[in-house]
Amino acid sequence: MLNNTPKEISERSALVVNPAKTCQPIGAMYAALGIHGCLPHSHGSQGCCSFHRMHLTRHFREPIVASTSSFTEGACVFGGKTNLKKGLETVFEIYNPEIVAVNTTCLSETIGDDLSEIISSTNIPKGKTVIYANTPSYVGSHITGFSNMTKAMVTHLASKDENGGNNKLAIIPGFVEPSDMAEIKRILKLIGIPFIMFPDTSGVLNSPNTGKYVMYPKGGVTVEELKDLGNCFGTIALGKFASEAAAYELEKKCEVEAHVLKVPIGIKATDDFIMELLQMTVKEVPKELEEERGQLVDLMVDIHNHYHGKKVAIFGDPDIVTSMTEFAVSLGMIPKYVLTGTPGSAFEKDVTDILKSAGIEDFRVKAAGDLMELHQWIKNDKVDLLIGNTYGKYISRAENIPLVRMGFPILDRVGHSYFPVVGYKGAMRIIEKISTALLDKYDRECPEEDFELVM
Amino acid sequence: MKSLEAYPLEERKSHILVKEKDQNQGISCGRHSVSGVVSQRACVYCGARVVLNPITDAVHIVHGPIGCSSYTWDIRGSLSSGSEMFRNSFSTDLEEKDIIFGGEKKLSEAIDEIVRAKFPKAVFVYSTCVVGVIGDDIEAVCRAAERKYGIRVIPVKSTGFAGSKKDGYKAACDAIISLMDGGKYERGVKDPRSFNYLGDFNLAGEIWVVNNYFKEIGLNMITGVTGDSTVEKLRKARNASFNIVQCAGSSIYLAERMKEKFGIPYEKVSFFGIQDTVSSLIKLAELSGDEEVKKKTEKLIRIMVAEVEPVLEKYRKKCRGKRVAIYVGGGFKAVSLIKQFSELGMKTVMVGTQTGRKQEYETIRELVEEGTVILDDTNPSELEKFMKEKGADLLVGGVKERPLAYKLGMAFIDHNHERKHPLIGFEGAVNFAREVDLTLNSPVWEFVRKGGLHE
Repeated sequence: MLNNTPKEISERSALVVNPAKTCQPIGAMYAALGIHGCLPHSHGSQGCCSFHRMHLTRHFREPIVASTSSFTEGACVFGGKTNLKKGLETVFEIYNPEIVAVNTTCLSETIGDDLSEIISSTNIPKGKTVIYANTPSYVGSHITGFSNMTKAMVTHLASKDENGGNNKLAIIPGFVEPSDMAEIKRILKLIGIPFIMFPDTSGVLNSPNTGKYVMYPKGGVTVEELKDLGNCFGTIALGKFASEAAAYELEKKCEVEAHVLKVPIGIKATDDFIMELLQMTVKEVPKELEEERGQLVDLMVDIHNHYHGKKVAIFGDPDIVTSMTEFAVSLGMIPKYVLTGTPGSAFEKDVTDILKSAGIEDFRVKAAGDLMELHQWIKNDKVDLLIGNTYGKYISRAENIPLVRMGFPILDRVGHSYFPVVGYKGAMRIIEKISTALLDKYDRECPEEDFELVM
Repeated sequence: MKSLEAYPLEERKSHILVKEKDQNQGISCGRHSVSGVVSQRACVYCGARVVLNPITDAVHIVHGPIGCSSYTWDIRGSLSSGSEMFRNSFSTDLEEKDIIFGGEKKLSEAIDEIVRAKFPKAVFVYSTCVVGVIGDDIEAVCRAAERKYGIRVIPVKSTGFAGSKKDGYKAACDAIISLMDGGKYERGVKDPRSFNYLGDFNLAGEIWVVNNYFKEIGLNMITGVTGDSTVEKLRKARNASFNIVQCAGSSIYLAERMKEKFGIPYEKVSFFGIQDTVSSLIKLAELSGDEEVKKKTEKLIRIMVAEVEPVLEKYRKKCRGKRVAIYVGGGFKAVSLIKQFSELGMKTVMVGTQTGRKQEYETIRELVEEGTVILDDTNPSELEKFMKEKGADLLVGGVKERPLAYKLGMAFIDHNHERKHPLIGFEGAVNFAREVDLTLNSPVWEFVRKGGLHE
């Protein structure tokens, strides 16, 4: 269906075709869902909230609940103050959340609503909390929105007690799946490090079916834990784009030292993550992790011939794409095209460094790009594999290139909520997916005489 | 009634009705949602986009920040027999500087870039919330582009906050009228057998199913509006002798305008369920005034009913007596569904719509049995409450309702954008019954009902 994408690339400066990003508020909503007992509130038109809920519902296959200020023309003329005040009262009256996390939209930002003033003049029931993040849709992307809401958790709630630390590590997982967050927690537990993870959507957006609908599932970081963040001995922020801002905010506000690392996708990034944990805590590598790493290396060796030398295009969100590019290089693949829709020169620099230091010369990397451009690159010089979100399926079909689904959103397959891509176990899963995708295509299309039982 | 008394929010009470108890009282509808409530409703832009999107060879460019375009990229499930242009996503991706200095220049450049790369037959330019606030003169930009390129560039007044989804339908219909106006109009005697089919968006190819009937009985459908339509076909639409309208919520306004402007009369039809399909076909034959057509119609009905009745009977045995909850967009669809379920021997115990009209709610009230709960613009808590209270076995709804039903261990059918098989006409009635049977009688519910290991 994207067959009408022209091969000739004409310069575009105003038009985006087939975006590789979406807007801030949905990222803020996802982050907010990682707080226990939180109802996200969208300060804007009904449509935004409806679209965000719909999109998240399709990705997670879970009920996504969020309230909205339901802007009208009146609100746009006189400001959204009445809507938000009334909205917050209604929310606490009907849905009784522990905390409401308000995100703005392009509309309320352009009108210039002062959320700090509006919220402080609203009657919030005793013991309940309201935080907010400015998330104008015309700046950055959904990753920026996730980052801003995560930072807001620190700004509004974190504090440092006089009597010293809590001996916990603050850990910011970034815009990853609930399964990834659970895997990062498992690794921390294996090493034996007490921690506060924020946000934490595991147990919220991959909750078990019990025959009952629970509006606020068991998972999520609690408000108490968020308040306690200032007493942590250090922060590990996974991913520059999604997590760095909150870590620096915590450093500024409560002098908790920030350590910014890559999202631990692939063997190198996971090694770096674990080594950093060990250094910060003076702990030993647990036997289980040593074994998992050994298994990963074993698998990499067993089937290295399946993917070595294959050309791959990787697209999606910057933190995940950067780590995935590094892992692809570890596997001997050639990342030929690497693209994100999120703006930011750090992405282009980091990816370029990874590729150059691997001796790869012939590649294209782009931030603030779109999928029409990626498709045009591929049309001009093909790759063997595509790694990215569901939107890659159009290119995959048009060019007959297998697609390994990774990132956000995945609207047409399951698994991402339950099986991680981070850590050594996650890396093994990625290898399985890549190998299966390449071999399935080969088995389907190879000449009869080349069709083999053992591969 | 107990459930109403237990329900806390005063403003919502008039939107809920129980047949029998409140016999003399009408339902409140068509009002704006209460701020702070988790509404299932969307915005003006959403309404306009879903109506216009299936115009297959047009470019649909969204003038606003990226989100509005991302969330509506190919979500409708409309099929095309020709161009796939409409399944791409075009946006001006407004950024901060555009909000400050205005986005007209960027829009104008974006249109230039589109025309250079794609040579579309027509371009629809959608306005969004933020564009409504910063006051870009989209109409002037479109006029200038029309003059420059000699193609239709049509502004769609779909500023998100300026009304509800229904106002978006209206904005879309105005844009369609603008396209039809000035179209090819062959003066002279119209063919009494030529008509347009309004309010079908060719989800899962549904127009193709009914168009087979139209051909069979000797009628000539000029175009579906907007399902599987093209710019060219829509411009010929005014040659029709009459219009029939399937989805009244979105398209009755268009039918009215076409009557006013081009003197084309219209009738409402529904091809959902055997009963409605039969009566609509008879109505259609009468509209043509052609005896031959009437005879062929009777024959078609006889053959089709004889063909599907035994199949339906098979499903009826498996579904009889089960209880259904319905929550859909418009009232007219709800009416069709109630009848269709009763054809399967099933009982509707709850009916709700996002944007139903007073008159439709009256019809619903006449159709349903006593004790049935009727809801306007509801939210997940209300849905859960009434579905449980009424002991519903099956929910019919859209994207956001699906996981809610599943969490409750309840069967589910998407009668919206995610339908995968045509549910229209005689074949559709069979598909519908099959889908009801597949979900209702799946073995998976047993595992939900039995509870966990400890229960």
